[in-house]
Amino acid sequence: MNYTKKEYQEYLNQKSRSSTLLKDVLWAFFVGGIICVIGQAFFDIYTKGFSLQEEDARTAVSITMIFLGALLTGLDIYGKIAKRAGGGTLVPITGFANAIVSPAMEFKKEGLVLGLAAKMFTIAGPVLVYGITASALVGVVYYIMSFFGGGGI
Amino acid sequence: MSARYKIGRQTAEIKDVYIASSAAIVGEKEGEGPLADSFDIVLPDNEWNEKTWEKTESKMQREASRLAVTKANMRLEDIDRIFSGDLLNQCISAGFGLRELGIPFFGIYGACSTMIEGISLASLLLGGGFAERAVAVTSSHFCTAERQYRNPLEYGGQRTPSAQWTVTGSGAAVLQRGACDSGIGVTHITTGKIVDMGIKDANNMGGAMAPAAYDTIKTHFTETAIQPSDYDLIVTGDLGTIGAEILVELLEQDGIDISKNYKDCGCMIYDIERQDVHAGGSGCGCIGAVLCGHLMKELESGNIKSLLAVGTGALLSPTSSLQGESVPGIAHAVAIRRV
Repeated sequence: MNYTKKEYQEYLNQKSRSSTLLKDVLWAFFVGGIICVIGQAFFDIYTKGFSLQEEDARTAVSITMIFLGALLTGLDIYGKIAKRAGGGTLVPITGFANAIVSPAMEFKKEGLVLGLAAKMFTIAGPVLVYGITASALVGVVYYIMSFFGGGGI
Repeated sequence: MSARYKIGRQTAEIKDVYIASSAAIVGEKEGEGPLADSFDIVLPDNEWNEKTWEKTESKMQREASRLAVTKANMRLEDIDRIFSGDLLNQCISAGFGLRELGIPFFGIYGACSTMIEGISLASLLLGGGFAERAVAVTSSHFCTAERQYRNPLEYGGQRTPSAQWTVTGSGAAVLQRGACDSGIGVTHITTGKIVDMGIKDANNMGGAMAPAAYDTIKTHFTETAIQPSDYDLIVTGDLGTIGAEILVELLEQDGIDISKNYKDCGCMIYDIERQDVHAGGSGCGCIGAVLCGHLMKELESGNIKSLLAVGTGALLSPTSSLQGESVPGIAHAVAIRRV
């Protein structure tokens, strides 16, 4: 073969079709947007229809969207939407639900303890670890800066 | 003492070894593809009445082996050796699938080239006079492969355009020493070297394996002095659309033209346009089912009289990919002719 490793890698890059960026971006935008609109609709229902306080309504919306994400995952519908929507289904909280429910379903065959429970966080684990860690760090920075800025942050 | 059948470093001449019969079992998606009629059994669903997909895949190997042996008018007790492997950790589809058959067992691993590796080893064993009848079998299952290598099935992830679809399929071939009714003989085997061009994208296996296929095919032609046109058909296991194109170009640069008689099993088993498999099929069952189904039927009917079957494998694991390793490729070739 006339290629060095590096040359072959470049050759392969040229040959490999890239994802259709515009189409993917548009799908992600619209589906992600619709999911957020649904969330907003629930928020309005909870504040206006059920007279919940805003704080409580936000929590209720999260619970509702997580439930819907889990339900659609269980019905094998979420994955089918995600195939087209990509980031649009990945980023909202419904995507997080899908990321936990799908391994839970899959690994149930290996038992409830060492299968389902142990493997449930294989995909969402990093989100939990780094998300919570980041929020703790931000909290520390905020606390320190509050001595300087006087609470205006 | 010279090795009587050695032709060059990687190739061996095989005499008196015939493929007596074969059987192929596939899943639903494959049963909706262009080769649907060539398979012995098409599964009604992913489970085939088993509780787990791993059990299903084991069942596929067991039943494909039984069926192939029956079609050869033999009994399981007549088979001296069985060679098998699969994609799962510790090759459990092979071990658990074949444990009831009571045949002396060699577990092997060539990733998606396992079918051809099995036929190669069986041919060497029989050709050397060490046994009379052997079976080479392998399998893959979309669900078991996704669980192990990628993500849970219900997970909302997207596949890249270069990704391939693991075939749910099992192929089994019965080989015997001495002429048989099928009239289909193994003439040469060329064993590949592991070739790694540093491709790190585990979603572009076709591109990673193409150099290995190129290396083995070129070596086969060089060591045997056979011309590409001497074969009615040359097939690779699962280079997919991208890998297949690259293979033709790489060989062309060395003056070897396979453009007129070359196909890739990953591109044959599915309708690429209609079936949403991105770059094509992959998995041990890809060349396993296509060879033991469609291609054997083509040879039996005389539509093709000579075939160079090149299994291609990617020797990565989920761990190696996470550790930043590249994807090493392997390709084994077996030459089959109507005699």
